[in-house]
Amino acid sequence: MELLDNLALGFSTALLIQNVLYCFVGVLLGTAVGVLPGIGPTATVAMLLPITFSFEPVTALIMLAGIYYGAQYGGSTTAILINLPGESSAAVTALDGHEMARQGRAGSALAAAAIGSFIAGTVATVALAVAAPPLARVALRFGPAEYFSLVLLGLIVSITLARGTALKALAMIALGVLFGTVGQDIFTGTPRFVFEQRELYGGFDFVSVAVGMFGVAEILRNLENEQTRAGAVISKVKNLWPTREDRRRMVGPILRGTGLGAALGVLPGGGHVLASFTSYAVEKRISKRQQEFGRGAIEGVAGPESANNAAAQTSFIPLLTLGLPAHPVMALMVGAFIVHGITPGPNVIIDEPALFWGLIASMWIGNVLLVLLNLPLIGVWVRMLRIPYQVLFPMIVLFAAIGTYSLSFNAYDVYAIVFFGILGYILIKCGCEPAPLLLGFVLGPLLEENLRRAMSISRGDASVFVTRPISAVLLVLAVAALVIAVLPAIRRRRETVFTEEE
Amino acid sequence: MPGSRPPEVKIRRSFPDVLAGGIFVLIGGAFVAGSLGYDLGTPLRMGPGAFPLLVGSIVAALGLAIVVKGLVAGEVIVFGSIPWRAVAVIVVAVLFFGFAVRGLGFVPTSAVTALLTTLASSRVRPLTAVAVAAGLTVASTLIFVVALQLRIPLWGPWLGF
Repeated sequence: MELLDNLALGFSTALLIQNVLYCFVGVLLGTAVGVLPGIGPTATVAMLLPITFSFEPVTALIMLAGIYYGAQYGGSTTAILINLPGESSAAVTALDGHEMARQGRAGSALAAAAIGSFIAGTVATVALAVAAPPLARVALRFGPAEYFSLVLLGLIVSITLARGTALKALAMIALGVLFGTVGQDIFTGTPRFVFEQRELYGGFDFVSVAVGMFGVAEILRNLENEQTRAGAVISKVKNLWPTREDRRRMVGPILRGTGLGAALGVLPGGGHVLASFTSYAVEKRISKRQQEFGRGAIEGVAGPESANNAAAQTSFIPLLTLGLPAHPVMALMVGAFIVHGITPGPNVIIDEPALFWGLIASMWIGNVLLVLLNLPLIGVWVRMLRIPYQVLFPMIVLFAAIGTYSLSFNAYDVYAIVFFGILGYILIKCGCEPAPLLLGFVLGPLLEENLRRAMSISRGDASVFVTRPISAVLLVLAVAALVIAVLPAIRRRRETVFTEEE
Repeated sequence: MPGSRPPEVKIRRSFPDVLAGGIFVLIGGAFVAGSLGYDLGTPLRMGPGAFPLLVGSIVAALGLAIVVKGLVAGEVIVFGSIPWRAVAVIVVAVLFFGFAVRGLGFVPTSAVTALLTTLASSRVRPLTAVAVAAGLTVASTLIFVVALQLRIPLWGPWLGF
C-alpha cells in the first residue's frame, strides 16, 4: 500500500523528538492566541515566522501549522466558558456552548468540542493524505496558462467567502496584487515603484503586510472604545465526560460536521468559518429538537466544532498540491516555504516527500496533543484572559517590529508595517476585509509570472487561456464564482451567515 | 409632487464607501501613472509596466464603482470614532524602532518603543507603563537575542561604547 508507506514515512519524520517538541510549542501558542481575543493566528504566525527561519524546513512548517489549527481549537474554549469567541469560526460554538455552560454542562460542551475536533481532525488528515497525491499529479501537468487561470480562480473564490460586499473584496484582492508588483521585475530586473530607494528593491515583505493589516490595524480597532474586559463570569467545569444521552446525540453531528468541514475547507478565504455556520444550520434544520438550539443543544457544539477543525486540516490541500493558500495563515506559510528554498506546489510531494508526509502526520499528532493539552489545562487558559489589554498590545507592537526587522535587518520592512497598518485600519473601518488583500499580495507575483510566460509561449496570443481545456474550465469556474458572489439571493444568505457572527 | 418618487430611487449616501472607493482610485491611479514610466512591451514580451498598468486600472475602476455605489446605494457602516492618540503613538513608536535600532541597539530601542506604545491606551497609569515596558524589554531580549541568537547588538554605536 502506497498510502501506508507514505504515512509511515510521515510518522517517522513527525515523531522525531524536535518535531514533536515544536508541534507541541505550535499548538500551545496557537491555543493561547485562540483564547486571547485581539490577537489572531495570522498576526502570530507573521510575528513568529522569522524565528522559524533557523529551523529545519519541516520543523518550521510543523510548528506554524500547529499554531493555525491550535488557534481554531483554542477559540472554542473561551466561546463555551465565557461567551467570548477568540476566533471568528468559534462564534457559532458560543451560541449553544455557552448556554450549556450556564446550565452547568460546561464539561459536556468542552468534551463535545474536544472529541468532535479530534475525530474531525483524524478523518480530515486521512482525507488530505488520500486526496493530495492525485491532485498534485494533475497539477504537475499544468502549464503557465493553467496556473494563471487557477490562481485567478483561487482569488475570485475567496471573495464569495469574505464578509462585506463582493465589489470591495474584489478591489482588495486587486490592490493586494498591485502592491505585489513593487520591487524588481522578475523578468527584466527593472525596479518598479521603489522611489529610488534601494531598500525597496526586494518589494514589500509579506510579513510587514500581514503584521500591519492583522496586527496594528486590529489593535487600533480595539483601542477605539477601550473598556476593561469585565470580570466575566467563568463557569465551573465539572463532569468532563458527557452522559450517555449526550454521547448518543453527538455522533451524527460530529460525522456530518466532519464531512461538511472537510469539503468546505478546501475553498479559499476562510472556509472554516463557512463550515461551522453551515454545520450549525444543517444540524438545526434536521434536528427533531429544533427548539433546543440556542438553549444548550449539544448538537450545536459538536457539529460546528467538528466542521471547523476538519476545514482547518483540509485547507492545507490547495496549499500543498497547488501552492495556493486558502487562508491568510496559509499565505504566510507560502512565504515560509519560499524562505526555505521550497516552491510550494505539486513538486513538494515528489521532491520533499519527508516534509510533505511529515507535515500531514504532524497534524494528527497535533490533534492528539490538543486533546491532551486542553482538557486538563482549561483553568490555565481561562486565567490567561485576565491579562489586561494594556500589557498585550504593546507586546504585539514590539514583537511585530522586532520580528519584521529580523527578516533582513531592513528598516523599510518596519516602516511598511506602519503604512499597511494605517491603510488597513482605514479600509477595515470602511467595510473592506483585509484577508483578500493579503491573498492577492502573495499570489500576485505568481499571477504576473504565469501571465507573462503564457503570453510569450503562445506568441502573444491571449486566446491561449480559453483554448487550452483545463485553463478554460478554470476560467469558467472563476466567472461562475464571480456571478455567485454578486447574485442578490446568495448575497443575502451570506449576509445572514456573517451577521450572526458579530 | 412630493412622495411620488418610487422607493427604489431613494438615495443612500455612505461616507465609508466613498472613502474606501477614493482610496482605491487614488492608489490604483498612482500605480497607473507610475507604470506608464516603464516599458510596456508587446503582448509577446510584456514589459515591466504592463501588468501594473492592467491591475492599477482594475483597482481604479473598482474604486470608482464603489464611489458611485456609495453615492447612490451605499452600504450602511458605522464608521465610529478614530483613536487619534493611539494612531499617533503607535506610528511614532514603530517608526522609531525602524529608525533607531541600528544606532541605539536592541535594548534601548525596545524599551523606548514599548514605553511609547503603552501610551496609546488612555487608561494606562505611568507606573504601569514603565513596568510593562521594562518587562517587555527583558522578555524580548531573552527571547530574541539570548534564545534565538538574533544578530542585533544590545547597545548600539550611537551610545558611544
